[in-house]
Amino acid sequence: MGFSFFLVDHLSISFGGIKALQDISFNMNKGEIFSVIGPNGAGKTTLFNCISGLYKPDQGNIRFKGNLIENKKPDTIARMGIARTFQNIELFSHMNTMENIMLGRHIHMETGLFKGMFMWGKSSFAAREEIQHREKVEKIIDFLELQNIRDKFVGALPYGTQKLIELGRALALEPDLLLLDEPCAGMNSEEKQDMIFWIKDIQDDLGISILLIEHDMKMVMDISDRVMAINFGKQVTLGTPEQVQQNKEVLKAYIGEEN
Amino acid sequence: MDMKRDYYEDVQLFTSPVVIFWFSALIGALYLFPLFAGNYYVYVANYIAINIIVAAGLNLLVGYTGQISLGHAGFFAIGAYGTIILMIKAGFPFLLALPCAAFIAACFGFLLGLPALRLEGPYLAIATLGFGLTITQIIGRIEFFGGREGLHAPDITIGPWVLDTDKEFYYLLITLTILLLFFMRNLIKTRAGRAFIAIRDADIAAQTMGVNILYYKTLAFAVSAFYAGIAGGLFAFVLKFIEPEIFTLMMSIMFLAMVVVGGLGSMMGPIVGATLLCWLDLKLRNILDIPYVGEWLEQLSRHWFSITGVSNIQYIVFGSIMIAIVLFEPLGLYGIWIRTKKYWRTWPF
Repeated sequence: MGFSFFLVDHLSISFGGIKALQDISFNMNKGEIFSVIGPNGAGKTTLFNCISGLYKPDQGNIRFKGNLIENKKPDTIARMGIARTFQNIELFSHMNTMENIMLGRHIHMETGLFKGMFMWGKSSFAAREEIQHREKVEKIIDFLELQNIRDKFVGALPYGTQKLIELGRALALEPDLLLLDEPCAGMNSEEKQDMIFWIKDIQDDLGISILLIEHDMKMVMDISDRVMAINFGKQVTLGTPEQVQQNKEVLKAYIGEEN
Repeated sequence: MDMKRDYYEDVQLFTSPVVIFWFSALIGALYLFPLFAGNYYVYVANYIAINIIVAAGLNLLVGYTGQISLGHAGFFAIGAYGTIILMIKAGFPFLLALPCAAFIAACFGFLLGLPALRLEGPYLAIATLGFGLTITQIIGRIEFFGGREGLHAPDITIGPWVLDTDKEFYYLLITLTILLLFFMRNLIKTRAGRAFIAIRDADIAAQTMGVNILYYKTLAFAVSAFYAGIAGGLFAFVLKFIEPEIFTLMMSIMFLAMVVVGGLGSMMGPIVGATLLCWLDLKLRNILDIPYVGEWLEQLSRHWFSITGVSNIQYIVFGSIMIAIVLFEPLGLYGIWIRTKKYWRTWPF
């Protein structure tokens, strides 16, 4: 019997008296798009923070490719192949687009203190590595159509573009699992449409599994393979988009009760 | 605007032959300087170069990594004492004693970096302040380090050369300064440098992208302390004599002021900041030498600004200039430079 690609097992965490997550369990298959929905404050981002190692859960396990990761540090988890984006943009605002995405290559590069200091000329180790990885980043820039802002500082760019750069940075890490925290928040419908295509491409062409938080129901139902709904930190339902759409509690939360 | 053809152009230092020309001209001028300048000006240049090294190191910590240190006089003292002690007591040659002492400073920097993992902003400032104050107290109490008496610097011999004048020392100092600035610039442009900046701008995102915060924060402290240690070791030979009272809190604050006034997080910032503040510091000590207004300023401060009747105008002028720079150009002198460059590039529009 093989182990599952990604497994969250009875995960609970509380802050003071507030139980942010209670007994959340689900598993993901490789190559799947799995969405988490729920009202604001339901615990979706808390779940992401547990997975990426920013919070330590009180109970339960998170297993990625057979390894327990719930007590590992964020940078170790990143090295294992989990990348994420943030709901509130967390870009390096004083770097340009290229450098932001280059940071995603951090774990694949070797240049440290001394090799960096001795970047004398084009044939030095640091320069060769820098060139090699900039070529990889350029492919991501091409893929996300960011060429015209390649050398611009990201702090002053429009919101939607910043979200894209965050996606690019996460892709540069070449993850097996990508956590997207509301990738379409604040985008207009055209940008949203583009984002949906990109997410599909990431799944189909790059073979990356995606765990998605999103409020746009139409988008979630369109692209997800499976959906989990949570509310007040508890799992409400889990299933295919059709099943979840018909769940009474989900309908109640999103459409309102009918009398 | 010309097109980029090669990714190396993103990271290379000399982007065009014009830059290479001006750069060579500047280096040449720096090496020819002692042939034309008097002894006092060579001494001033040495003093400035040493401060540039500290400021460049501190800038890595404050400007690029977003940490703060009010204890750099401590690392500076470790570098100065370490170099002299290693030379006098252990018989090390200068060129070995200097990096060894700086390495000791770097170790202390690493240790001080550990609390920085938990502390931020004002709390870190106080922790580093405590370090800076303690280290000179400890050095002053230990007889082996010369105690309150201080230590005299021996002559420096490198191979067949004996460097016993300011001018000879200048060549060594300027070479080291240029080398260290190159190292710093390369470091910032490559992987480790990006990790430092990433920690400053968004430390949570940096972690989730695989940057080991523990490693890079302590590394920033260690490298920064190493630079301060090298500078301290060199400073001992400019002064020829060191005692604990030299390495005061005021010195730490001046280092920080150089970086802020010059422009945080830029390569040029610490260079111009250190140059301006050192020059002002030396000039304002002799306020009466300033033509026309010197005497008037002296009178003014005696009558209005001083309780004891002793002139303190240099501090007031100094402070006003610092406030003016930070107030009108938050990016420091480097910001003024960028604006001027932009103005001329788009001139006459």
